[in-house]
Amino acid sequence: MKEITTEQITQAVRDLCIKVSYDLPKDVESCLRKSLEKEESPFGKYCLEQIVNNAVLARDTEQAMCQDTGMAVVYVEVGQDVHIVGGSINDAIHEGVRQGYNDGYLRKSVCADPVFDRVNTGDNTPAVIHTEIVEGENLKITVVPKGAGSENMGALKMLKPTAGVEAVKQFIIDTVNTAGGNPCPPIIVGVGIGGTMEKCAELAKEALKREIGSKNPDARYAALEEELLEKINKSGIGPQGLGGRVTALAVHIEQYPTHIATMPVAVNLNCHAARHREVIL
Amino acid sequence: MSQVKKVTMPLTDEVVSTLKAGDQVALSGVIYTARDKAHKKFVDMLNAGEELPVDLNGQLIYYAGPTPAKPGQAIGSVGPTTSSRMDAFAPVLMDKVGLKGMLGKGPRDKGVVDAMLRNNCVYMVAIGGTGAAISHSVKEAEVIAYPEYQSEAVRRLVVEDLPCIVAIDSEGNNLFEQGIAQYKQD
Repeated sequence: MKEITTEQITQAVRDLCIKVSYDLPKDVESCLRKSLEKEESPFGKYCLEQIVNNAVLARDTEQAMCQDTGMAVVYVEVGQDVHIVGGSINDAIHEGVRQGYNDGYLRKSVCADPVFDRVNTGDNTPAVIHTEIVEGENLKITVVPKGAGSENMGALKMLKPTAGVEAVKQFIIDTVNTAGGNPCPPIIVGVGIGGTMEKCAELAKEALKREIGSKNPDARYAALEEELLEKINKSGIGPQGLGGRVTALAVHIEQYPTHIATMPVAVNLNCHAARHREVIL
Repeated sequence: MSQVKKVTMPLTDEVVSTLKAGDQVALSGVIYTARDKAHKKFVDMLNAGEELPVDLNGQLIYYAGPTPAKPGQAIGSVGPTTSSRMDAFAPVLMDKVGLKGMLGKGPRDKGVVDAMLRNNCVYMVAIGGTGAAISHSVKEAEVIAYPEYQSEAVRRLVVEDLPCIVAIDSEGNNLFEQGIAQYKQD
């Protein structure tokens, strides 16, 4: 049995919130650099160059790369042999978000009520927390700050069980085309297929945590990812929607068994500032 | 891509008419930030016959909400937010109070383009997700209305050579439509 204190958790979440906002993951940066070679549109190239320059500047000057530092989505994998001491793990995470967004000069973008008064909570809490119990005695925390520009363009559809792969492809492509220049392309397309309504939405978001360009272990889904990426990059949308060859950097699909009577599909889009960072305690 | 055109606020009809879709612009002078909440508030006030807290005649609204400034900075990261969320409100500001320019990211709907044609206005884009770089073009920033909206408050910015691209011009030429049509493959 390993003991981890809530203070350690708060500190880890605080640091992750700050670093993830300043330091674009290397896999995303290197994919953006490679995409410059594929882009033919002068505006597209210009946008990609500025995006890469901005990432380098933000890292060097320790400043948020994008003003939308997101709602903090926090994934926690708790080993079943871990004992958390010193209070509530959820409170510790929210406190980490509060400290990180304050100390890191990050934007507070959360409002307390979604419909009626929409008053800003002032400290970017609460976080959206996904907790999973796993084997072992580690505690892994991943912070994925999610901006709303891309989040707004996601969609979920409960397809018929006999609809087949063509209907899945069509829904994903329609979602990307409808989004157009809104979600800050080049985008990462996260797709969840199967499970129940909320499970496929969660899978779509988890797909955004994968290393850019990593393949689904199932060859059929890996081929689907590749085919969809190619089709999406023929849409002409291009960087920032100004026309070009690079609309998406990657398509990541996560699948799960589902009920005999349904085939849920969720698409969660991420902007090029595809931020995710993890630590193991 | 064109040579960079230097544009200084406020926007006159003459200046707006020279800006063409696809032009690169270095924007200087005073601009105002406003996002969803402020737009709704502005339009509600105009519908109620009230005066806005800022005179928008000949001015440009930048759809942006910054991160807090670090010590020594005029403003934190301040890239554009998605313009289409302001589509329902922008035509009222062009028709009723003489708004001349908008700066944001992403496409606009037909209602906005029609209002731009009626009022000889320009829509420009900055590159979404480059807020750190854009912060260096902002020399002064001051909250002038709705401080309770925090990052969504209305701010008066003094900018110098803020890099923009004319996305939709006053004749309705639309870089999004042109660009996508040019690069779409079957």
